[in-house]
Amino acid sequence: MLDIQGLSVAYGPVKALQDVSFEVPTGTITAVLGANGAGKTTLLRTVSGLMRPQAGRVTLDGTDITRMAPEKMSRLGMAHVPEGRGVITELTVEENLRLGELGRARNGDPVAIERMWEMFPKLGDRRAALAGSLSGGERQMLVIGRSLMATPKVLLLDEPSLGLAPRIVAQIFDLVRTLVDEQGLSVLLVEQNARSALSIADLGVVLNLGRVVTTQEAGALAADEDLRHAYLGF
Amino acid sequence: MQQLITTLLNGLTMGMVYAAFALALVLIWRSTRIVNFAQAPMAMVTTYIAMVLIEGGLNYWLAFILALLSGFVLGAFVERVIVRPVEGKSDINAVILTLGLFIVLHALAALVFGSDYKSFPAPFGVRGITVGGHSLAITPFGIFTIVAVIVVMLLLLLLFQKTDVGLQMRASAFNPEVARLLGVKVSSMLTLGWALAALVGSLSGLLIAGGNLVHPGYMDSVVVFGFVAAVLGGLDSPLGAVVGGLIMGIALSLVSGYLGSGLVSLAALLILVAVLLVKPGGLFSHASERKV
Repeated sequence: MLDIQGLSVAYGPVKALQDVSFEVPTGTITAVLGANGAGKTTLLRTVSGLMRPQAGRVTLDGTDITRMAPEKMSRLGMAHVPEGRGVITELTVEENLRLGELGRARNGDPVAIERMWEMFPKLGDRRAALAGSLSGGERQMLVIGRSLMATPKVLLLDEPSLGLAPRIVAQIFDLVRTLVDEQGLSVLLVEQNARSALSIADLGVVLNLGRVVTTQEAGALAADEDLRHAYLGF
Repeated sequence: MQQLITTLLNGLTMGMVYAAFALALVLIWRSTRIVNFAQAPMAMVTTYIAMVLIEGGLNYWLAFILALLSGFVLGAFVERVIVRPVEGKSDINAVILTLGLFIVLHALAALVFGSDYKSFPAPFGVRGITVGGHSLAITPFGIFTIVAVIVVMLLLLLLFQKTDVGLQMRASAFNPEVARLLGVKVSSMLTLGWALAALVGSLSGLLIAGGNLVHPGYMDSVVVFGFVAAVLGGLDSPLGAVVGGLIMGIALSLVSGYLGSGLVSLAALLILVAVLLVKPGGLFSHASERKV
């Protein structure tokens, strides 16, 4: 679904990603793991067009999107949930969802907003409240709901567990797994919380200092004690 | 008593004009963090356009609307051609550009339209309405001023709150990066924001000009009062701009009526200093959330 080939990105003289290649197969969760500064966020920002790569190629469902402007991606079926939730705090819950709908993928069927209230009853109760008044967990629900309104094929999730209580993290990860299993969504998940991420992922990619160390099935990766100790911190 | 009513009505009319001008500043500040000092000469240019059209025999209202549209186009042009190249650089670059544009438009207007005073026609009488034998300070054109500003503000409110484009414009202003990820064409929204702001600024220019003398610098005091009004209300808040404009209009009218018209600029300065000392964010500011 999403194919990343030989991607290299630099901030001036500092190389953030070097020759990164892997694939996100349709209907799977691929988790990109690694320490702070490994290049995880840079990877997502480059895939979604917020940063330009020096070299490499990104294709979405066969379409080359390497240097495409980010505002065109949502129409092609890519949704990027940035780090730090990415709700627009000055808009209401409902307005955030409507924004998602306005960027709906070209061939996506409209999702009724009522569907979101069923999925996230807490958001339904607070639909007219400013998104800035929501708790961290609710904000994460809102951004996921907002990307669903855009009917994506590929969902890029940047550190969804950041700053959330373990119980909420488990809820969110369950939700992502359900979406993948039921709707055939493909997810590229970037996480520092490697243990939780591997528990729902199909594939794991370990990044270190901008390079891919290994790409393995999530189960195999979680079982490899040396790798875990060296790069994943658990 | 009659003097008080006269002063207040005058203040209300001027306040609406300042409100419109302050709103134009706020619309641009909110989306681009630029104080557009060229707003005044841009409005001046569109007023001259209206005057040329009227002198050429065009119907007043048609000229009025064409001038507003030319303001819209001028705003879009300034954003695309002049401000866009410095986007993403230090904010001060754009501010200095708008100051430069201020001077250039002044000079151009003097060259093209002449720098002498010209009288701008008014569509209605500019003599006070008589109520019960007393002549009030409110003129038919004053009433038109108030109504026109209110109508434009309501239209803007509808646009921002009730339409998809308005939602996308607000999203672009609040969080351009997230807006882009959601498929919003943020750069088009910025252009549209500048265009709308220039339209509102032009409205204030035309309303001040009506029945008065215009020359290339006739809007220059308005940029000062409008800016103070915008700061008073909170540069981020369109509602604040309107309230700030009304407060400025009435306060300055009271100063002019009771203390002497020479003190108006000083009073504006005092209001600005007081706001910055007491509530630097303005009346309608809400401390923005800290990004973690």
